Amino acid sequence: MSAKKNRRIAVAKTYKIYIGGKFPRTESGRYFTLEDKQGNVIANLCRSSRKDFRNAVVAARKAQPGWAKASAYLRGQILYRTAEMLEGRREQFVAELVLQASTQRAAEQEVDLSIDRLIYFAGWTDKYQQVFSAVNPVNSSHFNFSVLEPTGVVSMLVPDSSSLLGLISNVAPAIAGGNTCIALASESKPLCAVSFAEVLHAADVPGGVVNILTGFRSELTEFFASHMDVNAVIYCDGGKAVAKTVQELAANNIKRVIARSRMDWSGDAENPYLIRDTQEVKTTWHPIGN
Amino acid sequence: MALKAVRTSARFPDLSRVPAVDEVGVNERVARFQSRSIKKASKVEALKLVLSMIDLTTLEGQDTPGKVHQLCQKAIHLHDAMPGLPHVAAVCVYPTMVSVAKEALAGHDINIASVATAFPSGMSSLSVKLDDTRMAVAAGATEIDMVISRGAFLAGDLSYVFDEIMAVKEACGDAHLKVILETGELGTLDRVRKASVLAMHAGADFIKTSTGKIEPAATMQVTLVMLQAISDFYRHTGKMIGMKPAGGISTAKLAVHYLVMLRETLGNAWMTPEWFRFGASSLANDVLMQLMKQSTGVYQSADYFSKD
Amino acid sequence: MATPEYKLAFDGGWEYDPAPESTDHISVRKRYGLFINGEFVAPEKGRYFDTINPANEEKLSRVADASEADVDKAVRAAREAYRTTWGRMKPAERGKYIYRIARIMQERSREFSVIESLDGGKPIRESRDVDIPLAAAHFFYYAGWADKLEYAFPGRSAKPLGVAGQIIPWNFPLLMAAWKIAPALACGNTVVLKPAETTPLTALKLAEVIAEAGLPPGVVNIVTGAGKTGAALVQHPGIDKIAFTGSTNVGRIIQKALAGTNKKYTLELGGKAANIIFADAAIDQAVEGIVNAIFFNQGHVCCAGSRLLVQESVADEVIAKLKDRMETLIVGDPLDKNTDIGAINSMMQLEKIQSYLKIGKAEGAEMHQSSCRLPKRGYWCRPTIFTGVSQSNRVVQEEIFGPVLAIQTFRHHDEAVMKANNTPYGLSGGIWTDKGAKIFKITQSLRAGVIWANTFNKFDPTSPFGGYKESGVGREGGLHGLDAYVKLGAQ
Repeated sequence: MSAKKNRRIAVAKTYKIYIGGKFPRTESGRYFTLEDKQGNVIANLCRSSRKDFRNAVVAARKAQPGWAKASAYLRGQILYRTAEMLEGRREQFVAELVLQASTQRAAEQEVDLSIDRLIYFAGWTDKYQQVFSAVNPVNSSHFNFSVLEPTGVVSMLVPDSSSLLGLISNVAPAIAGGNTCIALASESKPLCAVSFAEVLHAADVPGGVVNILTGFRSELTEFFASHMDVNAVIYCDGGKAVAKTVQELAANNIKRVIARSRMDWSGDAENPYLIRDTQEVKTTWHPIGN
Repeated sequence: MALKAVRTSARFPDLSRVPAVDEVGVNERVARFQSRSIKKASKVEALKLVLSMIDLTTLEGQDTPGKVHQLCQKAIHLHDAMPGLPHVAAVCVYPTMVSVAKEALAGHDINIASVATAFPSGMSSLSVKLDDTRMAVAAGATEIDMVISRGAFLAGDLSYVFDEIMAVKEACGDAHLKVILETGELGTLDRVRKASVLAMHAGADFIKTSTGKIEPAATMQVTLVMLQAISDFYRHTGKMIGMKPAGGISTAKLAVHYLVMLRETLGNAWMTPEWFRFGASSLANDVLMQLMKQSTGVYQSADYFSKD
Repeated sequence: MATPEYKLAFDGGWEYDPAPESTDHISVRKRYGLFINGEFVAPEKGRYFDTINPANEEKLSRVADASEADVDKAVRAAREAYRTTWGRMKPAERGKYIYRIARIMQERSREFSVIESLDGGKPIRESRDVDIPLAAAHFFYYAGWADKLEYAFPGRSAKPLGVAGQIIPWNFPLLMAAWKIAPALACGNTVVLKPAETTPLTALKLAEVIAEAGLPPGVVNIVTGAGKTGAALVQHPGIDKIAFTGSTNVGRIIQKALAGTNKKYTLELGGKAANIIFADAAIDQAVEGIVNAIFFNQGHVCCAGSRLLVQESVADEVIAKLKDRMETLIVGDPLDKNTDIGAINSMMQLEKIQSYLKIGKAEGAEMHQSSCRLPKRGYWCRPTIFTGVSQSNRVVQEEIFGPVLAIQTFRHHDEAVMKANNTPYGLSGGIWTDKGAKIFKITQSLRAGVIWANTFNKFDPTSPFGGYKESGVGREGGLHGLDAYVKLGAQ
């Protein structure tokens, strides 16, 4: 036997979707294939169906009250832990990006930025209220104050090109603010999203807080926009037609529609207004007297 | 009806004097009890005390004489392999099972408690409830665990609840009356406090948290509020009232924390089966395992303790 | 409400066996130098002093006594670090260093708790559940601000001040170090910190953590010593800001010493807080609140609720319940997990408290103490209340800084507010009522920096803390705590 034949056979990873803290395959049983430039198969991915999305919304809705009630400090700790976990798997993510046609340097840069972005939003969990809330000096004997509360369940059509950083830049601010979400991974570069789900899982992000599907945007967009139990929808790519579809369908239950197309994910996605996008303002009037 | 009004006015408490309860403060106080670390001899003493305070309970539609008989054997022989153990305070069964328990416990100093008054919902007429009570007492029950009419309480008909307790107390004769508030259905700690005051003034010998059929059953929070109501009642009347948390207390550690709470809220006079009970079925074995661990130094397996 | 006629009994019967926290996992060196420029160095004059365990009067370690020359060395190191590394670092990277400190403190939290209790006498339950977790949380909170300052000061640009001199007290040694160091670092300043002479150990352990976290040398310097060391720090021309927590008397001296310089300062000083109980309060929880207000940390708390104002109609009831609750407080070994009240921090402080007990009795007040046993060695004081006191009594006016409560009654809310505000202090206050509108009404009327409603002695990194009037200048904690460590300019 030659030395070559003795070489150890690598164990390939199965990329699955992430719903309610579990990693099922798509209920549809369908898949799509990711190939490299030479046409070699990198992986078979779940071609998620609308039923997977429906299940993900159920999981997100179930997790939302508990996550919103978790203290800001705890949400910050968990996001920070997520960054720690991602840092520990830095090489894996760089390799996945390179597999999906990134240069080594760009891949490293994207992963590093992604880790730092998680830290950035971890730091906001117990601060955005202090920046955006208000005590309102009303002209009567009332103590009047306005605070932010998460809008609820957020569906996200995250960027196709910035497959890790773009995902994190949408997920982190939403969950930092107590929302739960369902993200549809980049269609052309889906690997990092699935691996990021594993990071979330390892970081003790409660099941259902983040749900990640892979699949075809053309099949799923309408469901992300139309589901009546979703409170806000974020879309990041697509032309005017997609925008119009999303906005029209969102109107059925007056979803908050957040358009993040043409954003510079490496430079411009580090600000607390990304948190405020998925927040409601609640004002309380309270009498002052004996 | 006229009679009812007269009876009510005689002892009906001034509920405007019942202090408010702050839930956050209660939670913090409970956390403080739970931070007590009970070790060594004080732990053994506590565990034995817990055993002696247990109302060993079976309250199921599927209860049979055979099941009740087994339960009574457990009450007498908690774990004969360990010398020096106390027996439990009582067995607690449905009225139809009281005679079985009486026979099985003959010659032993173990009380027979029976639930009554259309347990667990209490959704029946007063006369049915009184019959239920008398039947259990006649069969040999020495303690009656009644349920209050939560519907009437929540609807604001407090005098109905009060009168009903008074009437059941009368029907009990010499049997001790434990009044179950079913705190899991009352919704707020303020209502728990108010219902406690109502029950004590109406003649309860014990107040008890739960039937065990509703979640949440006993919690340290509701028990603390009830203990504080007992404390106020004692300070002003000199009359001691017993306390029985029931349901949801299945570990020795939790039971010991209840004792810590009892000791630091009402003092040592209440630290006897006469004034404090645990309504539980699986607690005894966990306590036995802990006692065995204390004496042998080895962590125990449930396989070595009888399940009845 | 009628006076309770029957009493509960809490003596005898079942008692808790000792449950001491183990000390075999901690390391305390026999001798500590000064932490300057990233390493422990011997003091210039070679002088050391003992730090002892107030619970048994045994020596724990010897600690360097920093002279003017040592302070100068520390300030220069801090200046150099500010100029070359910390002041120029990308804010987000600065933040990551501070996060590391927080993480390591969490990892080593039990060790810190034990040492804090050994050195200062506070019960392990408090050091474990309050001091150390809160200290770590402060570092977490301010780490996050490092790269977000533009949102704290909209329309202005926030720049660091330079070198901050920080002097902290002995009642919450590590927590106060965190309150001081975390915001200073987050804003880009470097630090020279002087811990209190009776409780230097956890600050020196923090120096180890800072080294472990890999902070550039000189960013945090820790100089141990007494008042002279502190004075040298205050007067050093290379300092841009002084942050002081301690007595109002020393605060006044510092404020005078800084007159005519450009140094910024924040002072967190004494207090004599009123805790106001209304008849409609949740009485049992209010009693617990009184206990937390005055007996937390042996009453060594600047914001302690040391004056109880209770509405006359419930006064007897409240006092009876308070006395019962006092009987269940366990005084003794700080390392015992069941201890509620630990050792008085020092002989000097014990003598001060005892002198106030004499004063109170001499003024005609009725003194009541719990009947607990006290250990033979060490410094101890039973929980104590004075009834029958009035505004004119010294035990009502002066800060005792011990487990001693002065109880007065009031008839209506105007009287309560008048009495509460009738003090040169203005650090904190408490109000207990089931009525929300009243909370806001009273809160508006009280001249104090922190008001607790239906709770007391709560602290959080996100919540600003600091006093009105003679209780201090400036705030620590929260967004407002950043002010102390930045200079604002045009964007």
